[in-house]
Amino acid sequence: MFVRMLVRAAMLRRGRAAAALFAMIVAAAVATATMNLYVDVQAKLRTEFRNYGANVVVVARDIAQPDAAHNDDGSAETQSLPADTVGTIESVLGTKTLAVPFAYAVARTSNGQSVVAVGTDFGRARQLNHWWSVTRWPDSAANSGQALIGMRAAAVVTPSRQTFDLMFQGKTIHVTPAGLLQTGAGEDSRIYLDQSEFRNWTGIGPTTIEVAVNGSPAEIDQGMTRLADALPGADVRPVRQIQEGEANVLNKTRATLYAAATLVVLTSALCVLATLIGWVFDRRRDFAIMKALGASEGLISTFFAAEAAALGVAGAVLGFLVGIGVAAWIGRVNFHAPVVPRFEIFPYVLAGGVAVALISAILPIGLLRRVQPAIILRGE
Amino acid sequence: MFPRLVYESFRRQTRRKLLAGIAITLGVAVATAMIAVATDIGDKINRELRSYGANLVITPQEDTLDVEIGGINLKPPSDGAFLNEADLPRIRGTFWHHNIVGFSPMLPVTVKVAGDADQVTMLGTYFEKRLIFGNDNFTTGVRATHPWWKVEGNCEAANNSRPAGSNARSTCGWPTDDSQNVLLGERLAARLGKHSGDVIEVGGHELTVSGILSTGSVEDDQIVAPLALAQQILGRPGAVRHVYVSALTKPPDALSARDPKTMSPEVYDRWYCSPYVESIAYQLQEAIPHSHVEQIRQVAQNEGTVLSRIEGLMLLVTLAALFASALAVSAATATTIFERRVEVGLMKALGAGNLTVAAIFFAEATLLALIGGVLGFTAGSLLAHQIGRSIFSSQISIQPVLFPIILAIAVLVTFAGSAAAIRRAVKFDPVFALRGEA
Repeated sequence: MFVRMLVRAAMLRRGRAAAALFAMIVAAAVATATMNLYVDVQAKLRTEFRNYGANVVVVARDIAQPDAAHNDDGSAETQSLPADTVGTIESVLGTKTLAVPFAYAVARTSNGQSVVAVGTDFGRARQLNHWWSVTRWPDSAANSGQALIGMRAAAVVTPSRQTFDLMFQGKTIHVTPAGLLQTGAGEDSRIYLDQSEFRNWTGIGPTTIEVAVNGSPAEIDQGMTRLADALPGADVRPVRQIQEGEANVLNKTRATLYAAATLVVLTSALCVLATLIGWVFDRRRDFAIMKALGASEGLISTFFAAEAAALGVAGAVLGFLVGIGVAAWIGRVNFHAPVVPRFEIFPYVLAGGVAVALISAILPIGLLRRVQPAIILRGE
Repeated sequence: MFPRLVYESFRRQTRRKLLAGIAITLGVAVATAMIAVATDIGDKINRELRSYGANLVITPQEDTLDVEIGGINLKPPSDGAFLNEADLPRIRGTFWHHNIVGFSPMLPVTVKVAGDADQVTMLGTYFEKRLIFGNDNFTTGVRATHPWWKVEGNCEAANNSRPAGSNARSTCGWPTDDSQNVLLGERLAARLGKHSGDVIEVGGHELTVSGILSTGSVEDDQIVAPLALAQQILGRPGAVRHVYVSALTKPPDALSARDPKTMSPEVYDRWYCSPYVESIAYQLQEAIPHSHVEQIRQVAQNEGTVLSRIEGLMLLVTLAALFASALAVSAATATTIFERRVEVGLMKALGAGNLTVAAIFFAEATLLALIGGVLGFTAGSLLAHQIGRSIFSSQISIQPVLFPIILAIAVLVTFAGSAAAIRRAVKFDPVFALRGEA
């Protein structure tokens, strides 16, 4: 009987019930979408921020005080990092971490000009340093003698983009410019070679490894501690410029989004409240008839509450699904990556939906209870 | 008669009107606040992005190659060209000088600290230098362009040498630009065993270490000194090796990437008058003689992406907020009208046409929307102001043009919300309404 009353009530006044359900769905959808975005956007923005490059550097312990300045040919006789350091870093921090090795030496051209030559892994450097403007990356095949020439180095060393020689401690290498590199920073004055080629030529292994660690500041700190434990011969340093800039922008964005999400959720709750109160008020005649037929106030209240709760549940479930869709769409449009559905917010949406529905059912019942059924039935 | 009907409706049904009015006010307030925040967020985030530091660097036109590893310059110090310090205030004379947050000249000098075998780099720069260009009085230096530099030092010494309350930020340990005080990089300080307050001897000068500098970069191994002091030690007064400029820029688009030499005069004017990083670089190059300006791609290229992502996100969230508040407003108005079918029946029984009845309801809705709109706009402005103050610690400006737009939207949404309900109320047979069978 109770269930039948519930179903009949919904069926008979389809328009009003549908309107209330629609309001509920829209509110739940909007709330779900904003909450989902709020949770997911931080991860999304962090990926964007990783385009700024490394936020941690691992440096061989001696590089802090190179004896380079004393050496006539400017060779940096610093200790290299162990050969598999990149592998160690990636196994400690997980495969999503990007680590790029760099080895430095000061070489001379055939006419005596000093220039910094760098050995690196081009594939990794390309992934890490998105802002490098490169005319053409060297072929990945090793020992091709291909190099990236910094813009300013190119103007001095090989203005006509010809093959040229570089000398280091009496050893010579033929370098073929593959492309030009422009960054607006120190890289413009350097010549980048493949690391194995560089090692064969100079005997110097990587002294600096730039690492892009994903995650929240706490996760990055933790990762740095683990790295420092795993690499006793190296200094692990944060790149403060990148870390603090990111923290700053991210915190402000999150706070704004939080304020916005709160406003949106409150407004949607208000919308549901207004609609449902109208819906229940509208049915004061049902209320009066039930009461006139001898139903107790408790039963009637339960009936209206059950009706509202059913509406709340249905609206919340449908709204949640729609909201997930909207969030995914926003992710595609704005971040070109799907926003992961966060099912952990479903209980909140459900509880919120039911709570708002119950409040909007109970408020008008409280008012109606004081009224005599006869007055309502007389149409006054 | 018509105004009286409307007036009486407001007077007799205060509670219902109040409910609808509150809904409209809240909806408009949320909409106003969100629109204000969304339109201003680009500017706010752009300023926050400046915490990544300079996005432009000015170098001498005929510069030689830097031979530098790990912050140690291996080039003979007198080598290469210099910029003239006296030209720097002209940066404030460029077209987009309001967008330039700050600039810092740099002069690296290779020096020896007495009692230490190794050579170290002394970096001469501005900390918080007061400069004058025309009538323009401004301060600039690394404290603006390198906000991640942290200095630990003695507060007493620093406070005595500058007027009290000149800056809200902590000035502990920062040297003044006309002093003989320097900052010591934290790793260098650890190696030399020096602390703030100690004295080091560099090239015959006795320098006081006012603070220990931590940057997480090469400066940790360097001495950072006032520019004048570095010039004195190098023996080249007025010399600057390069200048870092931190500017607010517009994200790149199709126009920004074009070469100004190939543009028609109109396009060139538009390009010149847009704060692209390229056009600011072009103007700086015009302002400083014999200079070459390059964008620091790591900073300049990425901020556009981050900025447009955050702007896009806020725009979409604002749309969601607008949608939710529109729905709330129309739901509230629809409910109030639906309850008044008996009234409609009576009016129609007395001979009122559909048009008259609808007109009364629309007039009421408009009046409600206007009152709610004005109140909501005020509340929303306060809300936006509060958000700006608490999150960005700066004002969120609300364009006056927003006011009529918001009012128009409020009226429209109220109309739209009422329309369906009014139509149903008008269509209703007065007989049923009067018999109480609604």
